[in-house]
Amino acid sequence: MSANGKPKFAMYWAAGCGGCEIAVLNIHEKILDVDANFEVVFWPVAMDAKYQDVEAMPDGSITLTLFDGGIRNSENEMIARLLRRKSQILVAFGACACQGGIPGLANLSTPESLFAAVYDGISTDSQGVRPQAVWQVPEGELHIPEFYPTLKTLAQVVPVDYFMPGCPPEPHQIAAVVDLVIQALHGQAELPPPGSTIGAGYSTVCDECQRARSVKHIRAFERIQHLNHIDPALCLLEQGLPCNGPATRSGCGALCPLAGAPCIGCYGPAEGVLDCGARLLSAFASVVDGSTPEEIERCLDGIPDPAGQVYRFSLANSLLGGGKAAGDDEEAEQELSYEAAYHD
Amino acid sequence: MTQHNGHTGQERIGVYVCHCGSNIAGTIDVEAVALWAAEHLNHHGVVVARDYKFMCSSLGQELIEKDIKELGLTRVVVAACSPHLHEQTFRIACQRAGLNPYLCELVSIREQASWVHTDKKAATEKAKALITGGVERVAWHEPLEPLRVPIHPATLVVGGGIAGIQAALEIADAGFPVYLVEREPSIGGHMAQFDKTFPTMDCAACILTPRMVSVGTHPNITLLTWSEVTDVQGYVGNFTVTIRKKARYIKEDLCTGCGICQEKCPKKVIDEVFEAGLGYRKAVYTPFPQAVPKYPVIDRENCTYFQKGTCRACEKLCPTEAIDFEQTDELLTVEVGNIILATGFDILDARRIGQYGYGRLANVFTSLEFERLSNAAGPTNGQIVLRDGVTQPQTVGIIHCAGSRDRNFNNYCSAICCMQSLKFAHLVRERTGATVYNFYIDIRTTAKAYDEFYQRVLEDGAILIRGRVAEVTDAARLPGEEGKLIIQVEDTLAGKQRRIPVDMVVLSVGLEPRHDAKEVAHRFGISCSADGWIIEKHPKLDPVATMTEGVFVAGCAQGPKDIPSTVAQGAAAAARVLARIQQKEIALEPVRASVDESRCSGCRICNGLCPFNAIIFHEDRMVTEINPALCQGCGTCVAACPAGAISGTVFSNEQVLAQIEGLLLDVARRAPATEPVPV
Repeated sequence: MSANGKPKFAMYWAAGCGGCEIAVLNIHEKILDVDANFEVVFWPVAMDAKYQDVEAMPDGSITLTLFDGGIRNSENEMIARLLRRKSQILVAFGACACQGGIPGLANLSTPESLFAAVYDGISTDSQGVRPQAVWQVPEGELHIPEFYPTLKTLAQVVPVDYFMPGCPPEPHQIAAVVDLVIQALHGQAELPPPGSTIGAGYSTVCDECQRARSVKHIRAFERIQHLNHIDPALCLLEQGLPCNGPATRSGCGALCPLAGAPCIGCYGPAEGVLDCGARLLSAFASVVDGSTPEEIERCLDGIPDPAGQVYRFSLANSLLGGGKAAGDDEEAEQELSYEAAYHD
Repeated sequence: MTQHNGHTGQERIGVYVCHCGSNIAGTIDVEAVALWAAEHLNHHGVVVARDYKFMCSSLGQELIEKDIKELGLTRVVVAACSPHLHEQTFRIACQRAGLNPYLCELVSIREQASWVHTDKKAATEKAKALITGGVERVAWHEPLEPLRVPIHPATLVVGGGIAGIQAALEIADAGFPVYLVEREPSIGGHMAQFDKTFPTMDCAACILTPRMVSVGTHPNITLLTWSEVTDVQGYVGNFTVTIRKKARYIKEDLCTGCGICQEKCPKKVIDEVFEAGLGYRKAVYTPFPQAVPKYPVIDRENCTYFQKGTCRACEKLCPTEAIDFEQTDELLTVEVGNIILATGFDILDARRIGQYGYGRLANVFTSLEFERLSNAAGPTNGQIVLRDGVTQPQTVGIIHCAGSRDRNFNNYCSAICCMQSLKFAHLVRERTGATVYNFYIDIRTTAKAYDEFYQRVLEDGAILIRGRVAEVTDAARLPGEEGKLIIQVEDTLAGKQRRIPVDMVVLSVGLEPRHDAKEVAHRFGISCSADGWIIEKHPKLDPVATMTEGVFVAGCAQGPKDIPSTVAQGAAAAARVLARIQQKEIALEPVRASVDESRCSGCRICNGLCPFNAIIFHEDRMVTEINPALCQGCGTCVAACPAGAISGTVFSNEQVLAQIEGLLLDVARRAPATEPVPV
């Protein structure tokens, strides 16, 4: 507890777009409850803070930390470990922290090909330049965070208490979680067992989707822009749109399918599912209706980027990890340089 | 160090490694494997590991039973042969010792290791990996209880050929009700079309028709001809079958079978079915005089009244007013406990074999046409004549394997053509004295008294030429060929090409699955091979059962076979069914899939996938349910469920992942240390 007696709150933005940060502000007047009930001690987006300040706090002194984004570089990992040490409740907040999210799709490429895309592309004039973790200049040694071979989820780096999925998590779900934590702090409610997914449903998006469904026989997968007409009342998958809803955890209220766009899977796997991409792929394959191998292939070719489709948010957390980089063991040997990140 | 070990973390596992004589021990160092397991897998719960010459022997089984009792084993892993062979053996051994039989895991180190490898060291290492997988997996097994369901005493027999007739009579004679469904107007099947049957040359009708009559009059048999099964619901012991009884336009209760309607009907139709296109029938007809039942049917497509609205000759002349043009198809629903499929075969369409000229050259006949020609009740009263209906052939060429053993048509041997062709040769010699040439690839006369018949045909004077016929043509090139059909063949015994002019060619066309065999199989929840024949449960040890409990197969639906084998299968299927009925209930293997309804969102991905029709969707609650009695535990829906709401016993995620971890244990040990495993 801080001097004013309020429990402490922290939020951190690692490898992600920052939409989760905005989503927290998007809970409208509920944000006042956060302020009334917590002392915000560390939230780089909202207030000035130094890593040293956090380092100086006693271990376990932050009651609640929301961590959004995945672990892409040594700085991300360093802060993840630091906040883990300092926090009582560490929440993997949003799709990237939970499942790797969109940045996790980079695990399909080697770091070198990622750099080549960024530094050698038409958008830059610094051809051939690569970021160096350590760089000698006349004034001395410069350090920037080390880029890791793959993106990891928060839980692949430190133990996580709760997972709150979504890209970003829906405001009403965030508000409900805030309420729950506040009530728990006042002894009026009990927190779910550690390791639970919070702020989301238990089954899949189909549960919340009102579209009519029947037995599925898919003869062709189409991209949405290629369909002339979308039946507003019928299951999108049955209309040939690859909808990730059947394998995606409920909790969003089926916003996308109800608006006429297929679910892209941001809420991650349903309860108890280890690898939602594999599940989804086998589900799609199961309902393809073709009598010859060629027909089946033609149908599946309607999904232009199968890995990007089924693992859009969960590649980094898939069973195979999606790691193409051949540097995993080097990385284990490499001591995490706290100093390197710190002095940047 | 104690590693995780199933739900409890404290299972006591026994590992038993079988030598299988030298089958396993010849390639795998079984003693070393057992010692290794005892030493290295003790952290994984293994408290004892032994090897034994034949684990499946009673002494081997006693070894396991003794350990269960004395060492308090809670799980058993037997590393031996395929679970198909001895899983049951060891499950029962465990049960005898008081352990739930489903806590036993069979690891196949014979089929998956010793038989497929020659490198002894590598095979031994692989056996260790397989056993480790089994140990990790068995720790997650749960005790299961078999599901007991009652057996309805009635049986559905589909198909009224000799296989179905035999099966129906066996069951009915034992005192149990049978529904025999046949889609043609009469039972009898292909056998009713034949004249003589090899090798004894009994008259087919003489031996078949008494059985047909027995079926027609049997108090326990409900005969439903001109009928088809349209839907099958339920599961072993409790099937609900819907049968469409097509309108005959004849009132069966009034018809006496006098035949006046057939006699007076003005409309003649070529009979493509029973007479193989060689003869005529009327628009109101029974396929043949001894048809059972005796009631004719009106063929709507060809009846003048149905097509043009006038005629009604039959109605006017029927002495008992049995004609009823207003009749409609009826749907009957019956409850049965077991089903026997005896749906028979089609013959290959000889037009497909272009080089043999059938359909183009008038005097090329199919085997079925020849059967009708030679049949005393057939269109020529048994006269073997050319297509003109009068000329007796002077020379006849009989071509074996037409469309069989041929990659262009069917790779398989149709089994009956050798004997059928020899029978034809005998009939031609006997009836016409014509010169007969038989062209064969191999002569296969393997059953009882078959080869003796072959010898007899040779003595009759038939000329056998070994060689696949290249072509049948009417293009004469040499003197003596004019006006003849010339058979071009390589005589592989003489080692030369021959051109043999004949008057008549008979093609012993191969047998094929029924054209709608796949749909029928799907309707009954069973599967067909790539060729289209119904797949039996085991080709040697369970030839009349299918993979679907309660559905049996008999006769040519399962593959080409002769009449003795067909009858044997019909009787065998009946015996299997009777054994079931006598037991009154059946214990079903509890390897099943089930849906966690709280996690099912009703996405309906799985709904169309079950090959056994075990999936039910509840529209009101928007959830899917699996009928445990119908489910065969195949796992298709488990794999397809995107929500992970369906799980399969014995193949849970925990079991499969634990097994993979076990298999890769050695890999994990060798690999450099990596990052901590995610929590």
